[in-house]
Amino acid sequence: MPLIELRNICKTYQLGDLAVPVLRGVSLAVARGELVALMGSSGSGKSTLMNILGCLDRPTSGEYWFDGQEVSRLTADERALLRNRKLGFVFQSFNLLPRTSALDNVAMPLAYGAHRLSEHEARERAAEMLRRVGLGERLDHEPSQLSGGQQQRVAIARALINQPPLLFADEPTGNLDSQTSEEVLRMFERLHSEEGITIIMVTHDPKVAGHAKRIIHIQDGQIVDGAFGEADGSAA
Amino acid sequence: MTSYTVARTAFRALRRNPMRAMLTTLGIVIGVGAVIAMMEIGAGSSAALQKSIASMGANVLVIHPGAASSGGVTFGAGSATTLTPEDCEAIQRECPAVRYAAPMVRARTQVVYGSRNWIPTYIYGTTPIYLEVQNWGALAEGEPFSDRDVMNANKVCLLGQTLVRELFEGASPVGKEVRIQNVAFRVVGVLPAKGANMMGLDQDDIVLAPWTSIKYRVTGSSLSSGSSSASSSSTSSDTVNTLNNLYPGSSDLYPDRSTVQAADQPLPVRFENIDQIMATAQSATEIETAISQITTLLRERHHIRPNEDEDFNIRDLTELTKMLTSTTTLMTNLLLAVAMISLVVGGVGIMNIMLVSVTERTREIGLRMAVGARARDILRQFLVESVVLCLVGGALGIVLGHGGSLLVRLLLHWPVATSPMAIAAAVLVSASVGMVFGFYPAWKASKLDPIEALRYE
Repeated sequence: MPLIELRNICKTYQLGDLAVPVLRGVSLAVARGELVALMGSSGSGKSTLMNILGCLDRPTSGEYWFDGQEVSRLTADERALLRNRKLGFVFQSFNLLPRTSALDNVAMPLAYGAHRLSEHEARERAAEMLRRVGLGERLDHEPSQLSGGQQQRVAIARALINQPPLLFADEPTGNLDSQTSEEVLRMFERLHSEEGITIIMVTHDPKVAGHAKRIIHIQDGQIVDGAFGEADGSAA
Repeated sequence: MTSYTVARTAFRALRRNPMRAMLTTLGIVIGVGAVIAMMEIGAGSSAALQKSIASMGANVLVIHPGAASSGGVTFGAGSATTLTPEDCEAIQRECPAVRYAAPMVRARTQVVYGSRNWIPTYIYGTTPIYLEVQNWGALAEGEPFSDRDVMNANKVCLLGQTLVRELFEGASPVGKEVRIQNVAFRVVGVLPAKGANMMGLDQDDIVLAPWTSIKYRVTGSSLSSGSSSASSSSTSSDTVNTLNNLYPGSSDLYPDRSTVQAADQPLPVRFENIDQIMATAQSATEIETAISQITTLLRERHHIRPNEDEDFNIRDLTELTKMLTSTTTLMTNLLLAVAMISLVVGGVGIMNIMLVSVTERTREIGLRMAVGARARDILRQFLVESVVLCLVGGALGIVLGHGGSLLVRLLLHWPVATSPMAIAAAVLVSASVGMVFGFYPAWKASKLDPIEALRYE
């Protein structure tokens, strides 16, 4: 069973009287442990698809199966819980809390979890995550004291703190120079190969997409290539 | 999310912008500080005010005997002879809400010293307690008469300032003798000046003497007051001090007794009554209790059956009490109104800054939602932030206000009373200001769309 399966997802935005279809029958599948890149030019519906995949938005029609659960009809609160438990987000602009230490930034999602970790356990776990991304020395640094690559690594640590099976990266290297981009991408590859985390990267940069094992191309709201991996592709 | 982490998150968020947080709370600090300072200074002034109004006699109770009536004709309040000195003693002894009770016998007659004479407004026969009841304070000169003087009906008296001026032309009267209806009384002391009372009557125009002396030596009966001064002054030359003037103007059933006969065999006063009892309650608030205690006691002592009317009536100085309470409530309300205005202004400041903060932190809100915060988590976070702001402001305000009132006490020597009620109210009010004015921004934050919020620049 794939980790993610979309069946004929449509999303239509209503602008006044005008209905603007953004996704027009998207079907795709991502298996557990894959490293997938989602590519498309701007306006292709890439971001909308990303939002639906990330359970931030609901499709107008179609089914979205995530980890054996139909999630397209969940309420806002249920989706929040799902995001907390099973999804990690890495953003282009890092989105770290300003004037807050790296440790507190990483521990932040634990506050909304159902884990009921004690203060000490939470800090312990956040420190452990930061060590895993190579920032064990900078627990108390604030974002302004870190380089772009370090900030993105703090964001990765934050995304992984709840040990989600799936990590979303939205243009993760968009704000980084080529050298630090390499660093961050290598970290994704390592997380993928060593820890078996499923990663979906959204990018428009072919060089970034080159690190992925599979590339899904989206254009005008439809998948044009790579909707199913080799294992599932034959089935489809 | 535990309440501890919620509070800690709020503190962290506020610490990110300490200057702004401080300026925001300033409104609440000033508001609460003003409330506390004004409450404390106000409570102090109101206590002082109460004391001074009490000294005017706000907690004085006057017990009059009831009205006598004969054949359908009533003679007005105080005409019955039902109060006894023993009643007064019993009130003093058995009513815990009563602080002092003094019996009183009135007279109106001429006071003579040397070639000068004067008819004082008040000639009161009483006990030394009366000085306490009326708050006369320390005597200007000499000593008050004693209980022993009362027991022995000694001919001693205290003079008010007006009499000293009229009879002695300002010279010290202590040790001199004045004649009250031809009875020589030794002046033992001089009352301090008190001025006019609320009705404009001169309170210094007074002679105080033991009630026994006035009753047995001067009037003979309380019923003889009123016109007796005129008649006695005109006939004083041919009468000896007797107690036979009990029924003036009555027709002669028996031949008149000669002056000598009367002096030899004074008619006994059949019933030892007094004109009124003056009592003070322990405090202005205990007047009601005191009245009910006295009523119960006197009904019992006078053997009045439950459905019978009382043969006495009790009057308090309701006018004064009302003035007292209305002054204090007016003052408190005024202070509250001013305080409310400053708190509302502070609250609007909080709301303003929280709205700015929500806009500024839109991306943070989006991020928190993306990592799993529900709408109510966001609502709670911002609500707690504004409540924390207000509570910190409230705490600072309490310190500031208390310090201010202490300063006022030290520098201006105003009376100040610490009021725990005001402090509790300030904490409560500042927390609710935080809730009320923090709710809209927090609600706005919780309604943000995570996608929009994450994209917000």
